[in-house]
Amino acid sequence: MQDELLLKVNDLRAAIDGKEILKGINLEIRPGEVHAIMGPNGSGKSTLSGVLAGDPRFTVTGGSATLHGVDLLALSPENRSHEGLFLSFQYPVEIPGVSMVNFMRAAVNAKRAYLHQEPLSASEFLKLMRQKRAIVELDNKLASRSVNEGFSGGEKKRNEIFQMAVLEPRLSILDETDSGLDIDALRIVAGGVNKLKTEHNATIVITHYQRLLDYIRPDFVHILYKGRIVYSGGPELALELEEKGYDWIKQQVDNEQQ
Amino acid sequence: MSSSNALDQYIELYEAQREAIDARAPEALNRLRPAALEALRAAGHLPRKGDEGYARTDVDAMFAPDYGINIMRVPSPVDVAASLRCDVPNISTLMGVVAGDEFRPTASLLRNLPAGVTLCTLSQAQREMPRVLDRYLGRLSAAAATDTAAQLNTLLAQDGVLLHVAAGVECEKPLQLVNIFNAGVPSLAPRRVLVVVEAGASARLLVCDHSQRPDVDYLSDAVTEIFLEDGARLDYYNLEESTPRTRRAAALFASLGSHARISINATTLQGGTTRNNCTIDLNAPGAEASVAGMVTGSDAQHTDNYTLVRHHAPRCNSTQLFKYILDDDASGAFEGLIQVDHGAAFTEAFQTNRNLLASDRATMHTQPQLEIYCDEVKCGHGATTGQLDARALFYMRSRGIPEAEARKMLMEAFMADVIDTITLPSLHERLRMLVERRLSGDRRGCGDCSASCPTPAIVK
Repeated sequence: MQDELLLKVNDLRAAIDGKEILKGINLEIRPGEVHAIMGPNGSGKSTLSGVLAGDPRFTVTGGSATLHGVDLLALSPENRSHEGLFLSFQYPVEIPGVSMVNFMRAAVNAKRAYLHQEPLSASEFLKLMRQKRAIVELDNKLASRSVNEGFSGGEKKRNEIFQMAVLEPRLSILDETDSGLDIDALRIVAGGVNKLKTEHNATIVITHYQRLLDYIRPDFVHILYKGRIVYSGGPELALELEEKGYDWIKQQVDNEQQ
Repeated sequence: MSSSNALDQYIELYEAQREAIDARAPEALNRLRPAALEALRAAGHLPRKGDEGYARTDVDAMFAPDYGINIMRVPSPVDVAASLRCDVPNISTLMGVVAGDEFRPTASLLRNLPAGVTLCTLSQAQREMPRVLDRYLGRLSAAAATDTAAQLNTLLAQDGVLLHVAAGVECEKPLQLVNIFNAGVPSLAPRRVLVVVEAGASARLLVCDHSQRPDVDYLSDAVTEIFLEDGARLDYYNLEESTPRTRRAAALFASLGSHARISINATTLQGGTTRNNCTIDLNAPGAEASVAGMVTGSDAQHTDNYTLVRHHAPRCNSTQLFKYILDDDASGAFEGLIQVDHGAAFTEAFQTNRNLLASDRATMHTQPQLEIYCDEVKCGHGATTGQLDARALFYMRSRGIPEAEARKMLMEAFMADVIDTITLPSLHERLRMLVERRLSGDRRGCGDCSASCPTPAIVK
């Protein structure tokens, strides 16, 4: 592990339609780490991932977030991606008429342009696609289809991890990647994430359940509730939540507030 | 003045110049004029905005400027054809140029036409194939007495183009007509095309509209009549890429015999004010029509497509697919009417109009209509107008695709199914590229052509 900070989130606040959802998030992530963010429904987990990725639905109302020292909140979503941020969507979007191949080529070459690199040749690009597809056992035939259109739930999530493999992010946020997955798909997706793990990158796993954490072992577990991280601990915290549910946390926090 | 009436000046012109007009026009056109004059007098004026079927388009205003009409048939400068390279890559079309309203087929075009395929002026057809003109010319336009712009074409047109394909002949090579405005003074061209595809024959015709001078007012008043006899087939592609000062009032009529098939793709990439009327009559069992249209509008461009598809016989089918992308202050209109007669059992007729508004100021008017007088039919229509899918846009940007490129990719995807109605692969690719260039504002316009019209971008 290295000492430098990969992600530093300080007192981050954000709202949607004028309603404040994130009420001061603090989070520090170093290279090589896996952080799990857990919490009951409506606690702000997906808002946090959306705000970090630059989802225009959310308005940042305060605080800061930096990725390896770069002011993340000042960047467009595309430049956050180029700087090494990746969000695996809870609900990957279907884009009829845009083929997976064109989509990925545009993404790869946009990043290369940002890094002042030449675009990949057709054969280099196809080779890259082939290599990365293997990581999540994604069927070749999906490449010629429109992005996510007609994909099964499992295929959509594998497609997310495939894109992550291609873009080689510094920080990946997996937003409820386990939702809608059967056990086989879960194993493949988690296996893909583990294969991509290095000492230089980091992962945030957002999940409601302990199940995914059996496959992707977190170094830290945070509990998000009412827009704040109210509890942080090691991997054992996830097991405790699985056993006792969220009520004890809710009661503890609600009592403190009164 | 609001009481001005553009039609009067044209009727006065006709009455003053009647002899000069008739003396330089084929008899088959001249004999249509009295009925057209009568229809125009009955109408009293050209359609104004708000008239039935013209909710958003002021045809009267399109005709109001003082245009010149080449009644004395002064030949256009000879270099028009030479300056134009509207070649479609990977296919050689047999191309003819219509400068203003003057079609002058080149010797090489005539030499290369396959046996059984005639592409000539109406004047020449008057001499060599008078019976074709007697039988077909004006039959469909005359029946549309309330299409005032079409009647005005009949009143003033002095020549035009005949495409005739003899029975059983399959014309492999695509044919192309390039309509071009290049005059230095404001001009009106009454353009007239007659297409007759005899029984069992087939052809493909691409018609392109261009204006070479962006600083001059032009008006194309066009009538195209298409007759497909039993089992005949025609792919008809029309591409307008003109200028903000070009107006176009175009009427297309098609009459289909038993098991005849027509596929139409009408694309307006660029123009000033465009009104296209498309009337299709499915007259005998088993006829099929596919009508598709695509509009990309920017600045103050206005584009209006009106379709009327009439099912007169059993077991015919028709599909319509029109899509618009409108940016800036561009406006669009689509009105489509499907009529199914008493006797047209087992009709299948569908109509779709989808529109993307890329700016807050762009507007779209859409009005699909069905009139069904028969049971046992499958008919449907749908229309939507909206913005780009914000979720898809964010998804693409989150993968690093810059916003402008993501918007362009989504717009291209939006148009993909209209482009897919073009079955000729090289032309399909060509149109896809033209749309891409239009969306990104590539100044090369539609090719290497020196006539190309400046192309403003849709995606900034």
